[in-house]
Amino acid sequence: MIYNVEVKITLKKGMLNPEASTIERALDLLGYEVENTNSYNTITFQMEDERKSEIMKKVEDMCQRLLTNPVIHDYEINIS
Amino acid sequence: MKIGVIRFPGSNCDRDVYQVIKSVGGEVEYVWWNEDNLNYLDGIVIPGGFSYGDYLRAGAIASITPVLEGIKSLVKEEKPVLGICNGAQILAEVGLVPGIFTVNENSKFICQWENLKVKTNRTPFTKNYKKSEIIKMPIAHSEGRYFNQSIELLKDQDQIVLQFTENNPNGSLNGITGVCDESGLICAIMPHPERASNKLLGSDHGLNFFKGML
Repeated sequence: MIYNVEVKITLKKGMLNPEASTIERALDLLGYEVENTNSYNTITFQMEDERKSEIMKKVEDMCQRLLTNPVIHDYEINIS
Repeated sequence: MKIGVIRFPGSNCDRDVYQVIKSVGGEVEYVWWNEDNLNYLDGIVIPGGFSYGDYLRAGAIASITPVLEGIKSLVKEEKPVLGICNGAQILAEVGLVPGIFTVNENSKFICQWENLKVKTNRTPFTKNYKKSEIIKMPIAHSEGRYFNQSIELLKDQDQIVLQFTENNPNGSLNGITGVCDESGLICAIMPHPERASNKLLGSDHGLNFFKGML
């Protein structure tokens, strides 16, 4: 069975997000007043396996080894 | 003493580093990202650049290449490893030094001279400086903001190598811009000593980093 995998990578709570603050300032330049701007990365791909649990295990591993840096990131995995 | 200069697709300070090591009397050789047997080398410099286009995070892709396995073996033999700029980001990504170098506070690429304080001279790279000596070297990065969850351990174990003095251009934790592992043999610094290797360039304060390896 082919599964769609989505990994959402966010900065840990309290971490400075220069991208988000730049976006917020840019929106302000356009005249929009917004606050608490945030940004995050989403990586999507497909994987084939009989068991969803095996895929989850592998994706967890990917997150630890490459997709995120545990010093600054949290992540969320969605498999459908 | 034979020093290896690591080359990834996107490295761009490799030739500068090569020339400087040669100029201080070292034997030097380029080593590609896919070589994993580095036992014939006595030390490693990972130069700056934009390995793999800085995709994902600066240094993330390079950190899983075979050459890093070779570097880990050399580390076990207690040979010195210096990461400069992108090299520093790679060493942090692979976990050979603590913490991470991430996006600058102001989101900008910062390229300027800085006065830096040498916080420890127990590493091979800084042994020719006096402790607390102020040296002038340039920085050139957009992902150089040092972050670590705990700074106390770094202080206790004397792992802070370089610190900004007059300002903190990228928003680094405590102005830290160079750290080392517990042994002091692996050192990751954001400033470019190879660009401060001749008075004609504006400073020759960086030469000691390479002299100390030989």
